[in-house]
Amino acid sequence: MFIINCPYCGEREQSEFKAGGEAHIVRPKQPTELSDDQWAEYLFMRKNIKGVQFERWVHVHGCRKWFNVVRDTSNDMIKAVYKMGEKPPSI
Amino acid sequence: MTKNLRVKTSKLIDETYKISFKFNGKTYYGYKGDTLASALLANDVHLVGRSFKYHRPRGIMTAGSEEPNAIVQLHNNTSRTEPNVRATEIEIYEGLIASSQNCWPSVNFDIGGINNFLSPLLPAGFYYKTFMWPSSFWKKYEYFIRKSAGLGKSPTKPDPDIYEHKYMHCDVLVIGAGISGIMAAKAAAKNGFKTLLLEEKSYLGGSTIYQNSEHFKINNQISSSWLEKEINEIKKIKNLEIKIRTSVAAFHGYNFLLARENLTDHLPLDQRKNKTRQKLLKIRAKKVITATGSLERPLIFDNNDRPGILLSSAINKYANLFGVACGEKIILFTNNDSAYETAINLNQKGVKVAAIIDNREEVDSKLIKDTEKNNMKVYKGYTIVDTSGYRRINSISIMQLSKDGQKVIGTKKTIVCDCLGISGGWTPAVHLFTQSGGKLKFRDEDQVFIPNIYPSDQISIGACNGDFTLNEILSTINNKLKEFLNIKETDYKNLDVQSSYNKSKRNIWLLPSDKAIGKTKSFVDYQNDATAKDIKLALREGFRSIEHVKRYTTTGMGTDQGKLGNMHALGIISETSDSKMGELGTTTFRPPYTPLTFGTIVGRNVGEYFDIFRKTPIHDWHIKNKAEFENVGQWKRAWFYPKDGENMYDAVQRESKAARDSAGILDASTLGKIDIQGTDASEFLNRVYTNAWSKLAVGKCRYGLMLNEDGMVYDDGVTTRLDENHYIMTTTTGGAATVLGKLEDYLQTEWPELDVYLTSVTDHYATVSVCGPNSKKIVSQVIPDLDFSDENFPHMSFKNAKIGKIKCRVMRISFTGEHSYEINIQANYGKSVWEKCMEAGKEFNITPYGTETMHLLRAEKGFIIVGQDTDATMTPIDLQMDWIVSKKKYDFIGKRSLYRSDTIKEDRKQLVGLLTENPDEVLEEGAQIVADIKKSPVEMLGHVTSSYYSPNLKKSIALGVVRGGKNMLGQKLIIPMENKQINVTVADPVFLDKENKRLNA
Ligand SMILES: [Zn+2]
Repeated sequence: MFIINCPYCGEREQSEFKAGGEAHIVRPKQPTELSDDQWAEYLFMRKNIKGVQFERWVHVHGCRKWFNVVRDTSNDMIKAVYKMGEKPPSI
Repeated sequence: MTKNLRVKTSKLIDETYKISFKFNGKTYYGYKGDTLASALLANDVHLVGRSFKYHRPRGIMTAGSEEPNAIVQLHNNTSRTEPNVRATEIEIYEGLIASSQNCWPSVNFDIGGINNFLSPLLPAGFYYKTFMWPSSFWKKYEYFIRKSAGLGKSPTKPDPDIYEHKYMHCDVLVIGAGISGIMAAKAAAKNGFKTLLLEEKSYLGGSTIYQNSEHFKINNQISSSWLEKEINEIKKIKNLEIKIRTSVAAFHGYNFLLARENLTDHLPLDQRKNKTRQKLLKIRAKKVITATGSLERPLIFDNNDRPGILLSSAINKYANLFGVACGEKIILFTNNDSAYETAINLNQKGVKVAAIIDNREEVDSKLIKDTEKNNMKVYKGYTIVDTSGYRRINSISIMQLSKDGQKVIGTKKTIVCDCLGISGGWTPAVHLFTQSGGKLKFRDEDQVFIPNIYPSDQISIGACNGDFTLNEILSTINNKLKEFLNIKETDYKNLDVQSSYNKSKRNIWLLPSDKAIGKTKSFVDYQNDATAKDIKLALREGFRSIEHVKRYTTTGMGTDQGKLGNMHALGIISETSDSKMGELGTTTFRPPYTPLTFGTIVGRNVGEYFDIFRKTPIHDWHIKNKAEFENVGQWKRAWFYPKDGENMYDAVQRESKAARDSAGILDASTLGKIDIQGTDASEFLNRVYTNAWSKLAVGKCRYGLMLNEDGMVYDDGVTTRLDENHYIMTTTTGGAATVLGKLEDYLQTEWPELDVYLTSVTDHYATVSVCGPNSKKIVSQVIPDLDFSDENFPHMSFKNAKIGKIKCRVMRISFTGEHSYEINIQANYGKSVWEKCMEAGKEFNITPYGTETMHLLRAEKGFIIVGQDTDATMTPIDLQMDWIVSKKKYDFIGKRSLYRSDTIKEDRKQLVGLLTENPDEVLEEGAQIVADIKKSPVEMLGHVTSSYYSPNLKKSIALGVVRGGKNMLGQKLIIPMENKQINVTVADPVFLDKENKRLNA
């Protein structure tokens, strides 16, 4: 069970958080203008990397804020944590 | 017949405190401090069980948690019975009753022992090869296998004991209180770290604490005396907490560990009342020092499993710590110096060592010289090729090893004995280290895996790091601790160490025999009866990966997880397949390190505390009025209210009829309620619901359908506009939390520019719903100041009102199709309002109804229940709810998905009504729907989602999803059941009052 440094609350147990999948997948502003394939790309396609992955997490049993986590999925080491809307660090 | 093999009083044993216990029906005596194993050995009992596959007699093999054979059942047939208890760990107490597992009818005469003679027929993978075919025979095979095999019996009665969970935090956690752990704990604590020291045994000091020989000295004191002083000192340190009988079960990432503290298992049963039996410690440590020591390796030779064969270190421990001789004529067999320590100690205590067989040809150390001086015969360059004795070893056969160690030469010599100690060197206990994600490296010179890369702030010290000798430990510990703890100095700077131990070792994984390998039984995994022959067979059959060989031969898969033999299995694979040990890798060590009881795992979360549940403010009234309850999400909801011995069907029929004939009342407090405020609240609702919200007037209510981005129905409910920028949304009972989470997600991550605030108010309001033709008369009595005329208060509108001085919100909305009102009031007034409605409704026979009647009433109206009539594959179009999907809105969640190539298909499953040919026949929910029963294979068109007998329509009604159902109105379909088929007709899903006349009745 790892420890996540919530950008709003500080370090908390993993059990207070919920994972929300890959980060930086932006909902298209004009979905009606997309082809089926383009919409499917947004809707379904996720990378699921073994290694360093940019992810969304929410402090669901805490401040309920969403934020981004850079995690190495092979050993759960967290490399960075940053707020929604902030630029991803170069890792 | 029982002998007393006590040799000398020991520190751990209190000979003034005699304890009686029963083993396999016979009464024995031991002393306080004994384990079951030491007490049995003192009574000359070696035979304690039968092996898993061949039912070979097996004896106590070790003196610790790695024990593969001596696993017993405690207190059979009582509520405290426990299987798979290691006799080497359980301390005896007055009244202990233990029995052998895995033998029938008795340990001395075991019918399954015949498997031993059939063993040529039971090769590796035998179960996979034989019992898999033909598959229809599996049930018979299973019966046979389970009866003759199996490890212990699980209890059938409730566990009477109390278990607890406890969170602990520390700066430094030290695992293991051997000499390394003691020194580390002292250094950490004395430098101000909040330190926790855990030890699985009942005493501190590890194996050094019973090392009484002149051969091992620290600062010119015998090592045990030196360590004893250290222990006395650390007991006084305030910021050091020491827990004994506490074994670490799991070492997870980020230094999170689970440990089991055993508090009462060593006490007599009558002293355990009202005490916590075991605690599961959940430990978060800033730094972890692992000092778990090492396990002695056995040696692999023909018939190396007879009772009376023990690890040499175990014999040493039984003699030194428990004052028990494991035999009267002991032989030691070794490939390193450790067995000589045992020999010298036994000699000191007057126990006869008949011979020492050493694989090594040229050996020279002070220990060996001393042994020879004491007239113990040492056979150098020899190996054991066989043993004999069925229930107890009685002799060994030895032969000389060839120069390369691959063959035996010369003539066979037989030596009589009653006990054999074996030592194959030492294996660092790296299990916890690897559990934490640590990576090992292989050290060629003594063929061991040692810690290499640490995944967190931790260190392994002492024998578990491959530092086996006193010299190695003490010369390195000072610098290691200084560096790891970042401290200036420890007390261990210039220790003077004397040790006679020589590190030389002759490692031969599988010792040669004068017989062909096929004719030998050289056990690698004692508990699972896996032999060297089995491993070689697996390799011949093409298995290469260590994980595959493990599963095929079941090596390392017992309750001991192969703590003894795993290294030999690897070694044999490496030698046979000509690959390097370091490249083979090890099998994965999984938690728990030693088995945990279920009680420890669940702690206090038993019975009504197993899972949390939520009660509405009106719950007590439901209880008092004998409601049956249903679990909906975490809620306990009133299901129905049986009267005068009614069953569920009768109660629901009565409730449903009353609600439509006069008045019904429902506790709807569990519906999710989300308060939505902000200048962009209307825009927000536009984006999350399929229909339009901007034009909804203040004071009006609207039904909304929420989709996932994939276009599938996610939730539904009525939302009311309380004010210009203020809405209250209701969700389904089960969906409340996830809907809020989803709305927050969009608001924070996709549309942060919107000015919207969400607050969950589900628990803040109680909701009382009164429906039926007399509902207006009832509610207007409860709220006399409110104008209930249709002009002032029409359907789908809301009013602020007061009951006495208490504010409430009244919505005129309906889930039953009846004229109805929902009163929302501050939760603590909920029960009082409910009772007021009951009082006012008395003259109208107001009838409380539960969720089952609610479901029936809405089904009559064809209203869906999300999650019952839908799964995650239904779009609003599939539900024939096109009317609720706005054509004008540019975008909403899921809109784009409603015209993907898949969602526009005509033959998707669509919601329809179903009427049975026989109006009394009620369909089963979940039943399959087909059109042509003769077609092969029969094509399934869909299934029944909701089905009831309607007392108001006096016929059976059902909803279902059917492929292309939208265009099948009036068509006949078939519901095939186990012993009949039911004919149905596709109908409009709205069965009652299609014109909605009753809403204004
Ligand atoms: Zn937070």
